[in-house]
Amino acid sequence: MDLTLSPDQIAFRDELRAWLAANAPAPITRGAHESLPQRFEKLRAWQRRLHDAGWAGVAWPKAYGGRGASLIEQVIFLEEMARAQAPPMANTLGLGLIGPTIIHFGNEDQKRRFLPKILSAEEIWCQGFSEPNAGSDVAAIRTEARLDGDAFIVNGHKVWNSYGWIADWCALVVRTDPSAAKHKGLTYILVDMKSPGVEVRPIRQISGESEFAELYFKDVRVPAANVLGKVNQGWEVALGTLMHERATLGASITILYRRSFDRLVELTRQIRRNGRPLSEDPLTRQKLAQAYTELEVFRLNQMRAVSRVSSTGVPGPEGSILKIFWSEFNQRFQQTAQEILGPYGMLEEGSPHSVDDGAWSYGFLRTRGNTIEAGTSEIQRNIIGHFVLGLPKSY
Amino acid sequence: MQFDLSETQQLLAKTARQFLAAECPMPEVRRILETPTAHDASLHRKMAGQGWTGIAIPEDLGGMGLGMIELAATFEQLGRALVPGAFFSTVALAAPLLATAEQLAPLCDGSQTATAAFIEAEADWNPASWQCAARDNQLTGAKMFVPDAAEAAFLLAAARGNGTLGIYRIAKDAPGLEIIPLKSIDLTRRLYEVRFHNTPAEPIVTGPAAGHAIARALDIATLALTAEMAGGMARVLEITVEYAKARKQFDTPIGKFQAVQHMCADMYLWSESSKSAVYYAAYALDKNLPEAASALSVAKLYAADAYREIGNRAIQVHGGMGFTWENDVHLYYRRAKAGETMLGDNVFHRERLAKLVVDRL
Repeated sequence: MDLTLSPDQIAFRDELRAWLAANAPAPITRGAHESLPQRFEKLRAWQRRLHDAGWAGVAWPKAYGGRGASLIEQVIFLEEMARAQAPPMANTLGLGLIGPTIIHFGNEDQKRRFLPKILSAEEIWCQGFSEPNAGSDVAAIRTEARLDGDAFIVNGHKVWNSYGWIADWCALVVRTDPSAAKHKGLTYILVDMKSPGVEVRPIRQISGESEFAELYFKDVRVPAANVLGKVNQGWEVALGTLMHERATLGASITILYRRSFDRLVELTRQIRRNGRPLSEDPLTRQKLAQAYTELEVFRLNQMRAVSRVSSTGVPGPEGSILKIFWSEFNQRFQQTAQEILGPYGMLEEGSPHSVDDGAWSYGFLRTRGNTIEAGTSEIQRNIIGHFVLGLPKSY
Repeated sequence: MQFDLSETQQLLAKTARQFLAAECPMPEVRRILETPTAHDASLHRKMAGQGWTGIAIPEDLGGMGLGMIELAATFEQLGRALVPGAFFSTVALAAPLLATAEQLAPLCDGSQTATAAFIEAEADWNPASWQCAARDNQLTGAKMFVPDAAEAAFLLAAARGNGTLGIYRIAKDAPGLEIIPLKSIDLTRRLYEVRFHNTPAEPIVTGPAAGHAIARALDIATLALTAEMAGGMARVLEITVEYAKARKQFDTPIGKFQAVQHMCADMYLWSESSKSAVYYAAYALDKNLPEAASALSVAKLYAADAYREIGNRAIQVHGGMGFTWENDVHLYYRRAKAGETMLGDNVFHRERLAKLVVDRL
């Protein structure tokens, strides 16, 4: 056990911390009566500043505009961003999922063409995996791509695309060999969203917002040179993406959740019930301590997973529990917050008497999606059951 | 950065696992727990021979001079093997209260066992509640839930002299010492009521130093207990997964059914998470980090819930077999339940955390 950082890592952290203190804009959050696109353009400008200062793509190769540092520095970066309450970068999926997949599976031309513009936020990315009939059973994808000369002709329907409404490019998984077994006939291909035949329709969510979209592809022509990896190797490429997601995602989550926790504690000092502040109510104290415990255990699981990936290059078994842990914790935590806030907790953005301009009522609804998005809790438990514990595949 | 045992620590754990597999397999555990004090002196001496009795005691005091991580790694293996008897009381409860080579020597060499008596009728782990009185080096009062008291060569008891708390040593054969066995759920760790009737006692540490000594000893004991829990629950998970693979119903291994498989996945999540919490607590205590106290409470209350819930699921997955005496799961389950209240239950540790964390924000 050694949880200290190396002198180089400390120097990196201190330099970044100082830079963020001088440069980070005010938090760009919901509320302030701004539309999603207005907020997005602020995030894009912020990413550009980070990029100009050399902080985008910390663990990406220098040749493609990255900093060439290790995974530990990448985690430090996410932690410091969250600690400084700095807004996230705009190109979430490009930076977190698609860029690393291009680094791993892409050819030299693809790397040079796509990676620098992901880092500079010049091109925003979305991802097209899920379909109406391919949710948890993601290999049941039906969107088809038929080779026609030097291009594929794509036809189909994707759902639950984050950033679909703003994206310039889409990392799409399509069926290229309908005769092959389910997992064998898939291909991972990069699609220009401005191509003729691409249609984007927003999905209005439980929270009232539209972070997600549906994508329709009608005879969309995509150059065959845009296939990432090999034709019919798309399942391996897509899995590589998902593996990447696990390792670092939690680093910023721990700090964001900790900030929510600290804010809730602050609120318990202001809210009076039964003639005293809630912070002195034994039951409330028990609930807060329980939330703190779970938050802390998640932080430690996360640290252990990062340590494992950085020393072995392979996500350890701890990685597979992170998704279940943060999503289910977040739902329990939002319920705790509701119990503390009472009826004020349900007031929404813009309402008189709302708490933190409706952040808590939004959080309560939004977290219902946490156990569904990025692999449902049930799928995660199947993964643990089969791939970690060696139990027979249940489906 | 390395969030795991080092190679040397892993070797220590592996050696301990092999030793216990040979010296204390489950049939041996079952034999020992049928004895009056659930203790085997020969096994205890063999464990002392491995150096475990003095694992975190400095070399100049007769120990191995290793740290809290090695202590946790060892107790993890002891918990996994469900080792019965007074080893925990001696090494995790009594030894951390002692400070001289002379006091520690008989514990390190395995010739004696010992225990420590803290809580009283209220079963409150807050030292302010302890009322047992020390006057002219004689104790009066009663201690509750004292582990292994009938086996211990001597007891260390927290008592109040002139209003301040101290630690006193009471020999097994001291006059006015009454040891009353309780019949409790954990068959591997016997509990007793201990009564003092003007019982002669030797002060070990008194005054302001006593408070620090008690706090430090309880920290070490809590770490050892949570490490035992982590080892025990990992073993229960293994036993359960083996069963779910082997047991067939509807011509299918029951582990193929999601209702069963997802219970196992939850058990895995709790088990691995407990391990993260325990290793971090060990690290924080070893390095004397300011957050060591909160890390221990986090580990204790998380692992206590985890071990009990893993036991619940394990019995459910085993079906009728899990409800039988011959199946080993209930032996671990009993240990889990007893550990949940030992050294402070979850309500106690949550309030402790609230003071350590919430009140300071």
